[in-house]
Amino acid sequence: MLALIWKDLQIELRTKETLASLLLLGLLTLLVLSFAFDPTSEMREAAAPGVLWVSVIFAGTLGMNRSLLHEREHDCLHGLLLAPLDRGTIYVAKTAGNFVFMLLAEVIVVPLFIFFFNLPLWLTVVRVTPVLLLGLLGFAAIGTLFAAVSLRTRAREVMLPLLMLPLASPLFIAAIQASTQLMSGQPLGAVSHWLNLIAAFDVVFLVVGWLTFEYAVEE
Amino acid sequence: MSLSAEKQTIPASATAASHPPIGRVARRDELTDRILAPATIALMLTALYLVFVAVPSDAFQGPIQRIFYVHMAMWLATFTAFGIVGVASLLYLWKRALRWDHLGRASAELGLVFCSLGLATGSIWARPIWGTWWTWDPRLTLTLVLWMIYAAYLLLRSMSTDPQQGATLAAILGVSGVVDLYLINRAVYWWRGIHPAVIVTKKGGSGMTDPLMRVTLIVTLLAFFLLFLWLLRLRLREARLQESVDELREQLAPSV
Repeated sequence: MLALIWKDLQIELRTKETLASLLLLGLLTLLVLSFAFDPTSEMREAAAPGVLWVSVIFAGTLGMNRSLLHEREHDCLHGLLLAPLDRGTIYVAKTAGNFVFMLLAEVIVVPLFIFFFNLPLWLTVVRVTPVLLLGLLGFAAIGTLFAAVSLRTRAREVMLPLLMLPLASPLFIAAIQASTQLMSGQPLGAVSHWLNLIAAFDVVFLVVGWLTFEYAVEE
Repeated sequence: MSLSAEKQTIPASATAASHPPIGRVARRDELTDRILAPATIALMLTALYLVFVAVPSDAFQGPIQRIFYVHMAMWLATFTAFGIVGVASLLYLWKRALRWDHLGRASAELGLVFCSLGLATGSIWARPIWGTWWTWDPRLTLTLVLWMIYAAYLLLRSMSTDPQQGATLAAILGVSGVVDLYLINRAVYWWRGIHPAVIVTKKGGSGMTDPLMRVTLIVTLLAFFLLFLWLLRLRLREARLQESVDELREQLAPSV
């Protein structure tokens, strides 16, 4: 499993295409949404968490599409499936890889987001990090499963968001609500129910993905 | 070469194995035609009479409240349908029998139809009563999300390149949908938990004081539930016939 994660990371380190596209897309979304919500007005603190999460969703969806598409090129997926591994293990490795990529992208996007929206730096970073970690994990868990599902259909790129976003709605509601409340100065305890919900989502979809991934990739 | 030959034989043998005995199927179809269909029609006519003629108008809401009987019946059918999709998906992944897949698909189609009608009737009711076609009430939000999940479920099937694979992929979505239900429910209730009072007025506020109102509700619920079952059985029969047609076609012209 570690070898699989390492393989994906190595490919990424050599080409840097996923990270670069994740990063640029995240930034572009921030930019476009800034046109919608005036980032200098009083509204910005209310709109900011939503903007951040929409940028995470956009960039993440496209990034996860790539993560399995590049296995399809040159039929690498066949090789991967022939390896003497449990399919669940492949799923966990892919999820971990997607999680790491999105996290790396956010390491750059979040400070820029704070910079553009003129938010207090350390306070925001400290407060948003737990939500971001939990949220990205759940997003990677469901995204990887449905990237494998949509890989088998026509119009792959369109299918992933169509399948995943409605199912992921509790994750997004919880993540956006938790970040909004945290950034407006509430203590961590006040949003614990949201964090629990995200954690439950993470667990549920890691288990569902681990169990059903083999059906999604079988020939 | 060998690979394509294998592909042709696999679906044929799989479908043959999953076929229930012909006699039993024919008898069930007969029961559907003889009993379920007339019962549905009779109950539906009774329900129409009760809703439009017999039952008194609501004291506060006026005649618009009559839509509630139909609206409630839509939800019963919708949630039964989506529940069946979840169970059928799970059974399909486990047993790999094609009839579970037929059941899941037929149920999702009907569920989506009833869900759309439920949203429509709800909106028509909400316009005069709440003063708006739509609010982000938890229950409405939940329904909208469900509608999208099952619309994606059907889209996924039509987008898949191979029917067998489409069935498997859709089953994964069906299982995920049911597992997700509780989480979505929690999330939308916490999100919009500030004013749940609108729901209370919908049922409790005006109340079903007249006994005829209760009778009407029960008859309407039953009528639409039977309608759902009838349509489900028709849809399943259609899927089964389609399967036999495909099989025959395969036997007659295996190369096409």
